[in-house]
This record gives sequence, C-alpha cells and structure tokens, in this order.
Amino acid sequence: MTRRLVVIGNGMVGQRMLDELLPGWAVTVLGAEPCRAYDRVRLSAYVDGATAAELSLAAGNDAEFVLGTRVTGIDRDLRMVHTDDGAAYGYDALVLATGARPFVPPVPGADLPGCFEYRTLADLDALRAYAAGKRTGAVIGGGLLGLEAAQALRSLGLTAQIVEYAPHLMPAQLDPAGGALLRRLVEDLGITVHTEVSVTAIRREWDPSCRDSDVRGPLIMEGPGIEVDVVVFAAGVRPRDELARQAGLAVAARGGIHVDALGRTADPAVYAIGDCAAIDGRAYGLIAPGYALAKAVAAQLNGTTPKPATVDTATKLKLLGVDVASFGVTSGPLDVVYSDPAHAVYAKLVLSDDARTLLGGVLVGDASAYPSLRAALGGPPPGKLAELLTTPADIPGSAQVCSCHAVTKDTVAEAVAAGCSDLAGLKACTKAGTGCGSCVPLLKTFLSSSSKALCEHFTQSRQELFDLVRVRRITTFSALVAAHGTGGGCDVCKPAVASILASLGNGHILDGEQAALQDTNDHFLANLQKDGSYSVVPRIPGGEITPDKLITIGEVARDFGLYTKITGGQRIDLFGARVEQLPLIWRRLVDAGFESGHAYGKALRTVKSCVGSTWCRYGVQDSVGLAVELELRYRGLRSPHKIKSAVSGCARECAEARGKDFGVIATENGWNLYLGGNGGFQPRHADLFLTDLSTADLVRYIDRFLMYYIRTADRLQRTSAWLEALDGGLEHLRAVIVDDELGLCAELDAAMAGHVASYADEWRAVLDDPAKLSRFVSFVNAPREPDPSIAFTVERGQPVPAGGPR
Amino acid sequence: MSWTVICAKEDLLPGRGVAALAGPVQIAIFLTPSLSLYAVGNLDPASGACVLSRGILGTRAGTPVVASPMHKHAYDLATGRCLDDERLAVPVYPIRERDGLVEVGL
Repeated sequence: MTRRLVVIGNGMVGQRMLDELLPGWAVTVLGAEPCRAYDRVRLSAYVDGATAAELSLAAGNDAEFVLGTRVTGIDRDLRMVHTDDGAAYGYDALVLATGARPFVPPVPGADLPGCFEYRTLADLDALRAYAAGKRTGAVIGGGLLGLEAAQALRSLGLTAQIVEYAPHLMPAQLDPAGGALLRRLVEDLGITVHTEVSVTAIRREWDPSCRDSDVRGPLIMEGPGIEVDVVVFAAGVRPRDELARQAGLAVAARGGIHVDALGRTADPAVYAIGDCAAIDGRAYGLIAPGYALAKAVAAQLNGTTPKPATVDTATKLKLLGVDVASFGVTSGPLDVVYSDPAHAVYAKLVLSDDARTLLGGVLVGDASAYPSLRAALGGPPPGKLAELLTTPADIPGSAQVCSCHAVTKDTVAEAVAAGCSDLAGLKACTKAGTGCGSCVPLLKTFLSSSSKALCEHFTQSRQELFDLVRVRRITTFSALVAAHGTGGGCDVCKPAVASILASLGNGHILDGEQAALQDTNDHFLANLQKDGSYSVVPRIPGGEITPDKLITIGEVARDFGLYTKITGGQRIDLFGARVEQLPLIWRRLVDAGFESGHAYGKALRTVKSCVGSTWCRYGVQDSVGLAVELELRYRGLRSPHKIKSAVSGCARECAEARGKDFGVIATENGWNLYLGGNGGFQPRHADLFLTDLSTADLVRYIDRFLMYYIRTADRLQRTSAWLEALDGGLEHLRAVIVDDELGLCAELDAAMAGHVASYADEWRAVLDDPAKLSRFVSFVNAPREPDPSIAFTVERGQPVPAGGPR
Repeated sequence: MSWTVICAKEDLLPGRGVAALAGPVQIAIFLTPSLSLYAVGNLDPASGACVLSRGILGTRAGTPVVASPMHKHAYDLATGRCLDDERLAVPVYPIRERDGLVEVGL
C-alpha cells in the first residue's frame, strides 16, 4: 500500500521538502495560508511591483494541497491530523513545517488599526491598502526584517523611521562599529533610526477635525515619542510550535519543536523542519538551516542517506542599497578592523588568538570579499589580512556560493561547463540563486564567459539576430555576418541563422546558400544515427493512419531493409537508410501521400492525441480532429528548438498534453490550453494558460504563442526554459498575446498566416528538383556505391548496426 | 604520391563537403565559402563513423575547421588536429584544382 505523508504548512521550507521528495508517498499538504508556497525572503519585492505569481514557489508536486485550512490537533496514537473544517487525515509520516509567527511586543495599542505585521502576502496587501494616501510610517525592529520593512514602507511612498531596542542596527549579525556605519548609510537615505529604546505603548488621539472613521489621526508611539500614520512590527519571529506542544512533543525552552540535525522528533513518525523547529534546542528563523532540514527529512522519507543539517547563520544581503555581510562570530580573541568612513566601508575579521584560524567577520558597505572569506571560515585566513579585507580573493571551488541551497562554486562551474548558459538555466539545474537571491550577482560572474553572444562570430543573442534579419530584411548568412558579425561562421551560428531565415519564410531550406548552413539532419532531411546511416519519419498527423498507409510504410521498410520502431510521438521511425537511398525511399512515401515529418528539424514534431469523443466512452471533444488540424497548421514551422504538442479528449489526459510545449485538454465547454511543458532532461508540467476556449480562439492563441517564442527565445531554448526565463512569466505572456499590451498581435497573426499559406512539403520539393537531388549520393566519385562502413546484423528479426550497442 | 582526379570543382557546394572513395579509403573534401579546397579523412575518430564530409564548415579564431555532425568535435582542416580533444586527429591529404578538376594526392 502507498504510504501516506501529511505535511502541515506550505511555506518555503515545506515546499523545499516536497521538491526533494521522490514518488512513493501519497502526500497531503495542509496549509493555513490560502495560496501555495511563495518566496517569503523576497517579500519586500511584492510591494515593489513583483506579483504573487512571480514570488510563487509552487511546482508541479504530486500532492493534494488543502489550503486555507488550519490544523486543530494531532493524534499521535491514531496517527491522525484534524483540521478546522472537520476533516481528518491519517498519516504514516508527518512533517511539521508550520513556520513562525511575527513577534509582537506585548505593548498596549499594538492591535490598533494602522498597526501591521510583516510576514505574509496578506499582511502586505493589508498594509498596502491602508498606506494609500498616508505619509509617515515606523518600523519596530532594526534587524534584517526591520530594514526590509523600512524598504517596503518607502516603496509604498511613506517616510520610514526604525525603532530598535538594541544599541545598534542588526544586532544579531553586526558588531557595534558595523552597525554604526550601517546606521549612517541608512540615515543618508532619509530614514530616522532610534536605538536603545523600546516602545511602551501605542495610542491614538481622537482628531475631531477628521470625520472619516478610518482615519483618526496619527498613532503616537510612547518610548521613542514619535507620531506616524502606520506602524509595522518586524521585531523577529517566534516558532509556531503549539500543535506540537498539544501533541505532547518536546519544545525548546525558548520555543521551537525539539529536533536533531536530521529533523527527527522523539516520535519516529513525526519530523519538524524550518522556523517551527529548534535544532538541538535553538530555533534560528533563517532559511538556510530550514532548507538543510528539509533536505535531510526528504532523504529519510526517500530511503536515501540523509545529511545532517549544519547550521549556517552567515548572511549577505543588500538592504536599502547597502551591502551587508556577516559570518561566524562577530567579536573574539583577535579582531582585525578596516574602516574607511570616507568611502563608507567597514570590515572586520575575527581570528583565533594565534591569528591562524578565521572565526568570523563583518562587512558593511562593500561585501565583495564575503565569498572567499566565508569559505575560509574555521581555517587559516586565505591571504594577507589587509588585502583580504579590501579585495575579493579567488573563491575556492569548495566555497558555498549559494548558502540558501548549499551550492558550491564547483557545482556551479560544472553546470556552466555542462551547458547552462544563462541564469535561468543555472537556477533550474543547481537551485543556486532561487532562495534569497543575494548570490545572483556572483552567479552572473560565472556566466559572464558564456554571455548572450551567440558564438565567436556574433556578439548578438539569437533574439537580436532575429530582429536584425527581420527588420533589415536580410536573406543570407553571408550578408548577415558581413554586416553584423566577424569571421566565417561555425556549427553554432550557421544552423541558428538558417533556422531564423526559415522561420521568416525564405523558401526551401536547401535553396541557394542556405543549404550550406544546415546541419546534417536538415541537409539530408533525415536523422543521422550513430553509424552514419539515417532514419526516416513520415508525418502521421495526430497519430491517425489508414491501413493502406501503414502497409506502404511496411513495404518500404521491407524493400529497403529498414529497422522500424513506433516513436513516442505516435508515428513510425525507419532506421538504417543510406544517403543515396533517401530519395528512393521518399519517392515511394510521397507517392503514397506521405510528407516530411520534420523529425530532423528544429520545428514542430507531432501533435499527439488520444482517440477522443469519436470512440472513447469518456471523451468530451474530438481530440484527434483537433490534433490533425493543429499538426497540419504548424507543420514545417522552424523554431529555436523542436516543438511538441498533444491533445487530450478529456481530463484523464491520455495524450499527456501537459508534458508538451503546447498542450490542449478538452472540457465540456471547449479546450483548456497549457503552455511550456517538457519531458526530457528537465521535466516540467505545462502551465494552464486559458480555459474553455473555442477552437478558433485556441488556434489564435497558439499561433501567437509560437510566433512570440520564435521571435524571442535563445538558440536551442525549449518553450519551458523560455517561459521560465521570460520576465514576468505567464502574466507577461498573457499581456502580450491576449491583451496585446505591446501591440504585437497583428504582426504575430500575420506571421503565422504567412507560414500557413507558404507551407510546402520539403521532401516533395527535393524530389522535384534535380539540383537538390544530386546531393544525395554516397560518394562524389562513386554515387551509387554503398558506404562500406555501414553494415548490419539481425537482432529480434530486424537489421541493427553491426557494431552493436556502445 | 600521385594525384587522383576526384570530381569537377563545380560538383562542390561552397561551404560544404562531399565524401570520396579512393580505393578502400574514404576522404572528405571541402570547398570553403572563400573557395579554398581541403581534404581530410572521412572517418570521425571520436564516433567511429564515416561522417566528417557532412559536417558544418566554420572558423575558430580564424582557423578553418569542420565540426563533426556526430558530436560536434571540430577538426582543423589544415592540420587534421581535433581542437576539442587533443588525443584525436584525422589524416590530411594534399588537394589541388587543375583545369576545373579537383585532385587529391594519395
């Protein structure tokens, strides 16, 4: 039986655990907030214009999400969790990821209108609504969160004051001198800072001149003695451990569910991770230890070896435009201090008394030395002290670049070497930069060697070249490289430009100079195999084929001695064809009514379908009919990478449309359109884009989606990666291709109409053109001589390369 | 060494290659976009397949190269050296044009 896992809480850490979890559990996630997990570390970006969708961390987790529901109790004997809507969920394993609540000091008036917490999207929505038309605000708390909140107030158009009870700002991370410099820099921004003072009460004096019941004069903060319109509590957080307390689990003296470094409580079926957990008695309220616990617990649930969480409190961030970093301890036996008030830079290293071990440090104003210093923590200082404080040393490979996800420089370098050429790709394959984002500038430096330049011959990106070719009406590679590039081109830029020329409709891909640009698949309109032979794939739109056509394929394969295999795209691949056989094979196929399937091209491959309402008892629409229509519409469309599609006739999704670049799923009322799915190396479920569309509307939006992708994607970037990297994501796409905010839709529609009108079968055109046909020879001086290096043996009744599998 | 006529120069497409058979030996013959001729072995030592004639021509830092269509290993057309794996190389043959005919020295 499938084991049941219940996760209470869907914050960043709970989500991270789900992302690490392998299949094998029936997962239920109970969340109190009404939405899926989002990036709480970047909460202040939300008031700065980032949308909830941009902050969302929701991934395609295979779990049941019950959101907007509070857990009321845990019965550990019966292994049941009860919720406030009366439901109960049994578990074999339970993960508590309940997070933390903001700490609100117990002062009178803390609940007055105008007082806000700073923890959730809902908090910020309320703050934003209230702050409209207000002028002044104050933040209680001068730590990380308080500075973030001050930034948020400024973004909302309010002035900000900070009230901190400790003697200096960021007392948990900085020493007094670093805190003093930070204060100076913050005050330069017009933010008043009050330290060593606590708020004793908040009250509001009735303002008789104001009749609006919502606006009743300023809040008076006793203690610092200031008057403001808005007060934000950002004085730290406290673990939400009450469910665990009720359930009889041990909690730490200062709050937090007692766990070990593997996230285990005393109950072997119950784990706790994130802000609600106290590792060996201490709750940290930081993302890095939370993620470490999430990974450790996921590993145990997966049955793999968990790595104990190490607590890393090192911090580097930019607050209000000021670089601040601290790591290890902030004072100790031997301090080395560098202070430059003129340039607003402060740095301190803490060393053991023999000066041989780096114990910690503080950097304010310039944190560029942080990565190398942090990597040296606990070991000898990595160079001369005076230089270390002011110049970044080379970062060793073992140094953590992203502390949220514990990603080392070596891991990033490997990913770049393996082909991650942009930030989005790097984030997707290493997770680096997806936590607090503070390491993103550093990540970019690793990418700089592989910048947007297409190759050594073009400094432009594919998108820029596309626009140049389109706007300047360039029709040849030689004209493009002469005007906008250097040198003779290469195997990167030539096929990329060939694809751009083909997308813009420049005739047959083997016409004139274009023929020399194509890689071998496009050059011979077939797929090169490991032994130098080719495979042939006729188009079978929607996977629908008549018996006569099936027989033709069988006869052709038999007569030419080809190996046949059904593909994943619902068609038939014929392997083992030699170059000089290709026109003979295609003569037979074209005569029987087949045309090129473009299996060799960066183009539309197939539109897969289930059998749909024609036959299926459950089908609600004619999925085969639509798949055929779509495949015929987009056949031959050249694009930055291959494009796959599918249409399912009902929600059972037998055609697996959500794994496709564009997928369509039938509803009772029409079609749902999904975009940006992918199988392959980085699987991704397509995002639901629009629902219950008519066929005409559906086709219109797919037209625009494809044309916008073709115009703006990088070379070899699938729609999934493109959509991930697209600034503004799905919302942006909607604005462009539905709401036409860029005024592009008419152009995109015309481009697709042009494609549909000019489509012609590439193979038929080759057969009709003696000049093109003449290239399909084995040897220039022995045109019909079979290549002696291609030889076959028989396996399971079919020919296969004689060399056998490698 | 003797010169063997392979084909007419007009049989070649600028920027592309063809395969030729010289006894048991397969040779890849290229005409660059600037109309220079090169001849190297057709066998791609990285993949073991006779495919180099079908590679894309280009330059790396000014050096004319062919990129194998199998796994994109680039070979210096003048020296036969593989620029992506120093352990690999292909034989290079003398090549010339005479009276519109392409000849390879074997």
